[in-house]
Amino acid sequence: MFSRFRPIDCDLHPMVPDMRALTPYMDEFWRDQVEERGITTLDTQSWPVRSPKTIRQDWRGADGRGAGTVELLRAQSMDRLGTAMGILNPLYGVQLVFNEDMAAAFTRALNDWTRAEWLDRDDRLRASIVLPLQSVEASVAEIERLAPDPRFVQVLVLVMGEVPLGRRHYWPVLEACARHGLPLGIHAGSAYRHPQTSVGWTSWYLEEYAANQQAFQSTLASLLTEGAFSKFPDLRVVLLESGVTWLPSFLWRLQKTWKGVRFEVPWVDRLPVEIVRDQVRLTVQPLDAPEDGAIVQRVMDQLRSDALLLWASDWPHWQYDGDAAMPPGIPESLWPKLMRDNPLATYQRLREGVVA
Amino acid sequence: MARIVVAPVGEIPAGGRKLIEAEGKRIVVFNLGGEFYALSDRCPHQGGSLCAGLVSGHVESAAPGEYRYSRRGEMVRCPWHYWEFDIRTGKSWFDPKRVQVRQFPAQVASGATLVEGPYVAETFPVKVEDEYVVVDA
Amino acid sequence: MNVIQPIAAPGKPAAATLGLVDVDIHPRPHAIEDFRPFLSERWWEHLQTWGMRARHGFTAGQPPFPKAQPLASRRDAWPPNGGTPASDLDFLRFQLLDNYGIDYGVLNPLQPSGQGDRNNGFSAAMAHATNEWQLEAWLRKEPRLRGSVVVPYEDPQASAAEIRKRAGDPNFCQVLMMSRTAEPAGNPRYWPIYEAAVEAGLPVAFHAFGYSGWAMTNGGWPSFYIEEVSEHATSCQNQVISLVTEGVFERFPGLKVILIECGFAWLPSVGWRLDKHWRHLKSEVPHLKRAPSEYIRDHIWVSTQPMEEPERGQHILDTCEWVGWDHILFASDYPHWDFDDPRAAIPGVIPAERRRGIYGGNARALYGF
Repeated sequence: MFSRFRPIDCDLHPMVPDMRALTPYMDEFWRDQVEERGITTLDTQSWPVRSPKTIRQDWRGADGRGAGTVELLRAQSMDRLGTAMGILNPLYGVQLVFNEDMAAAFTRALNDWTRAEWLDRDDRLRASIVLPLQSVEASVAEIERLAPDPRFVQVLVLVMGEVPLGRRHYWPVLEACARHGLPLGIHAGSAYRHPQTSVGWTSWYLEEYAANQQAFQSTLASLLTEGAFSKFPDLRVVLLESGVTWLPSFLWRLQKTWKGVRFEVPWVDRLPVEIVRDQVRLTVQPLDAPEDGAIVQRVMDQLRSDALLLWASDWPHWQYDGDAAMPPGIPESLWPKLMRDNPLATYQRLREGVVA
Repeated sequence: MARIVVAPVGEIPAGGRKLIEAEGKRIVVFNLGGEFYALSDRCPHQGGSLCAGLVSGHVESAAPGEYRYSRRGEMVRCPWHYWEFDIRTGKSWFDPKRVQVRQFPAQVASGATLVEGPYVAETFPVKVEDEYVVVDA
Repeated sequence: MNVIQPIAAPGKPAAATLGLVDVDIHPRPHAIEDFRPFLSERWWEHLQTWGMRARHGFTAGQPPFPKAQPLASRRDAWPPNGGTPASDLDFLRFQLLDNYGIDYGVLNPLQPSGQGDRNNGFSAAMAHATNEWQLEAWLRKEPRLRGSVVVPYEDPQASAAEIRKRAGDPNFCQVLMMSRTAEPAGNPRYWPIYEAAVEAGLPVAFHAFGYSGWAMTNGGWPSFYIEEVSEHATSCQNQVISLVTEGVFERFPGLKVILIECGFAWLPSVGWRLDKHWRHLKSEVPHLKRAPSEYIRDHIWVSTQPMEEPERGQHILDTCEWVGWDHILFASDYPHWDFDDPRAAIPGVIPAERRRGIYGGNARALYGF
């Protein structure tokens, strides 16, 4: 479908079938803990398995699940779309675990599962290192453990965590990312440390899913105002499944306020929009916009850059039908940038592993 | 351009300011430790009166968490939206090239040099033996 | 270099040919004693002894994120005769109403109003007192001003009762809630407020502010005031999402909601997002009969201050079109530090016929002034 662009798919979601899939990657203690305490699944409410959005209907198996094997990924996405390389972002609720030792053990198992069951089985695949952000030390250790494998090309955290991601508490993690050339991938989803809104718990999944859009704004505001981007000029941040179209108005407001109260954050010493253009990228699926190409074009114009967006199919989430894996309205003239040039510019480790 | 006699030097103490209206302009004159600076009283953003603004210092940072505070009394902040301007240059901090308050030459002149005019002084007589703050606007 | 314009003399914006309506003015009492005549002895004593107790840890007067300026106010808005900004009717007339030729000004009293207080009974008593004080100190003295029915929104029944007390009084033009409620505003527990408002023919305004008791972002507490300001937008976005997804506008087709000081350039994106995902999640929300963005377009109004400032001025035109030109209302936010001068706040790229609506036409149609 898109093979002439040799596209790079920046957001693929292998789904862990259940905890038994991970236990082979745990030491005996944690393996027995899972068994003895009856921990059967870490599926989360951010992605209810039966929700129409979580797995496209025609990609589900008889048990309603899906996205469990490399074969499915090839058949449903990569081979059909002509994907040259794809980045795996596993979403399994290791971030929700409260015991930080358990979280670190489960996260290590998840990353090793991804490596053994996916990366080792298709050399077009790359992956994110899922971080156990419950512990900064454990997160840095996990980066150090896996960074030597060049197939890990970014780290992955959820957009709704315990404290905003720019907080200095997290900076050892950002430092490790910058040092290893690993962008910080921030994906929609919650660790459920707080309600999905600043005004309390939502009633509906539609409402909860929509609230990721606010989380991305808050997270980006935190990274900007805390000075994470000026402290780590080599750091790249990729916002995964953010919806994209919230970005211009967010920056217009933040920058307007900054002109008056920048005394509070004097390390933000240039225009926030410029910092974002230099250091932040966004995957384009889903694109929260009407299907009217003229409106999409005007939204693209408000972004004022064609370097910001990265193509993603978001497999197996239901964002499109058939093979229409590029959001409607994005002009074909931009496809080479979104599908190839921008991902290569964003992911240092993809560039290093790629033949021009 | 007109030469405006703003006030006898003693009337604007160090750290003080005076607003004048002359030649169709509102101008605020600041005394920074004996040096006088004159700016348009109109913020280039929405026209807030800088004379009514807070005069504060300048904070910069070499790294997050570091505050380098200097130049106390040399930055004026518009009372609306709080944009900050350098009293010495009229330049905004966040976009010094494009966002500036108009500056007018200000100096101290002796009454003797002013006696013959032409100048504008509205409410006080100019005496030969005194010194005055003078703005060209 | 910016060209310096001539002195700004008093005067109305030239384009305000349909009148100038300011939908966001914040009156303050001279002192809390101003409320005493309107509080029972019991609640006056309560206020004296325990003070107001918002859903944050500081006592009254100290917000968790210190403002950029004292009382978040313009430094030039402190009345020359003493008192706090916007506590003196004569000075407010001079500096705001007369200076800009404002035809109608809508009062949105913030604290001390008791809104969001942890004690519902006290909150209701304070809301009642605030409304009586508006009548006594402002509305009966100045015909250009209109009041808001301040409600103790965490006690919806008491709120509905307060609204019904004010129904039919032309001094009041809307019901006032803060944007940070303890639960999302669409939650059915707040519906008695909307029911009473519709019955009274009053729009419901959400003014950015308040403390929900939850972290100010859905990923925890931020550090800085600049973030708090930014988070007003996200809180209001969540309220819009909640009002739509809970089906409030299906249940109350006559309900009109005004977002004050929330910014507005984000509204189209919220609508697009809801539409896009609603198409795949319809089975969860069968009570929604129309696309979410249609409810937004029909039921939600926004105010200008603070108006987002794009790098390229003309980008605001697309945004205003997506929001709906006829749903944008001018607000000055007097006397706060981010006050907008009506003549300078609406960017020049906006054509005169659109400004007419923003300055006055839209608000007059909405409020029936």
